[in-house]
Amino acid sequence: MQPETLALDSHKIEKKFGYAYAVRNVTLQLRRGEFVVLFGSNGAGKTTLLRMAATLIRPTNGTVCVEGFDARKQPEEARRRIGFLSHNTFVYRDLSALDNLRFFCRLYGVPEDEGRLLQILDRVDLKRRANDPVRAFSRGMQQRVGIARALLHDPSLILLDEPYTGLDAKAAQTLDDLLDEAAEAGKTVVLTSHDLQQGLRSATRAVILDKGSIVHDSPASDPAVRSAYARYIQQERTS
Amino acid sequence: MKPVAAIVFKDIAIEYKNKEAFSSMLLFGLLVVVVFSFAFEGGDRRALAPGMLWVAYSFAGILGLNRSLSVEIDNDCLQGLLLAPLSRGDLYLGKVIGNLAFAVIAELVILPIFVILNNLAFDVTLLWIAGITLLGTLGFVAVGTTLSLISAQTRMKEVLLPVLQIPMTFPVILSAVQATSLVMSDDSRGISFPLSLLGIFSTVYLTASYFVFEYIVEE
Repeated sequence: MQPETLALDSHKIEKKFGYAYAVRNVTLQLRRGEFVVLFGSNGAGKTTLLRMAATLIRPTNGTVCVEGFDARKQPEEARRRIGFLSHNTFVYRDLSALDNLRFFCRLYGVPEDEGRLLQILDRVDLKRRANDPVRAFSRGMQQRVGIARALLHDPSLILLDEPYTGLDAKAAQTLDDLLDEAAEAGKTVVLTSHDLQQGLRSATRAVILDKGSIVHDSPASDPAVRSAYARYIQQERTS
Repeated sequence: MKPVAAIVFKDIAIEYKNKEAFSSMLLFGLLVVVVFSFAFEGGDRRALAPGMLWVAYSFAGILGLNRSLSVEIDNDCLQGLLLAPLSRGDLYLGKVIGNLAFAVIAELVILPIFVILNNLAFDVTLLWIAGITLLGTLGFVAVGTTLSLISAQTRMKEVLLPVLQIPMTFPVILSAVQATSLVMSDDSRGISFPLSLLGIFSTVYLTASYFVFEYIVEE
């Protein structure tokens, strides 16, 4: 029997900024279809770990593979399979929502079918404003364009770095719905969060990071997650 | 080459909508040419003219580079480009071609004004200067695109870019001024040396930046 191709396979990865370790000796393997939430305080290494998985920064040590593609040796193949969303939207304010999506279609080599693009904008409730410049949008609306951008090329691995930051209720609900759909479609989702309730809403696995290392890793339904999180928060407050 | 073209057309579309880079480059370049022309009215203007022209080009070019990068920094759009399945070198090429196009168009508007203000003739010399302008601007933009990215990651980005750019492109500017001088003096016998230097520096800057870009954007 052939071994299963992992959606994300990070092996003993480390990242140093100067003399300080942001991520230390992290091995994290995600099977296809897993919905993983990464908890941790500011500086725990969540964003750095996600950015290494997204090929945005190189690990100092260790390897990262996305759907079997080595992020260092075949970065373009790995990136083609990744959808990344953070609190920044990565969309151009001077272009319209539709023009932004057209541009990212060209970058990803996805057909620029206007009907499909309008359908995606409709999904984030922006079809009526498709031709308006993003500059004229509220923060929540801009974030919805960002969500459309991240999912435009139908990625199999969706990485979300505190995506709820600055979202209005409508955008948060849209994101929840899209993530539920992605999970149902068998896509792998990795989400970083500070909020236990929000993080565990759809997650199948919970990981807690502290000072760049994994200190807890279990199924999200395991009651130990809540106690580990509470213990971790307590430690944070006393230190 | 499709993603490279996508980046170039995206930059053109943004510039068409906000007209910030081109208008600021053009206005600044024209102001420098006009001010210098009046400042050196009594002197040997022909001897100073090439330097004056390249000072105008250089400062206008730096303005354009700053503006081009600020588009990518706004909303962290550069990260969006880095997430796309294209090589860092192709990303660099896309940005260079866009920056080069805006700079050359602005320079081709500045050049005739420079000719008029300096009582020069509209003859074959102008074509020579246009060619030198294109080659010199290629070297300037090739290194400037990379340096603007380095300076963008610091707090003093607007100040740091000219501080890095001018010394780094000194050989390009010097060669371009020398070549322009020779063309304007109607004695272009020694022009092959500055033109060769210009070609070598532009090629080296373009090639080195293409390969180094990956390490700059990822760290």
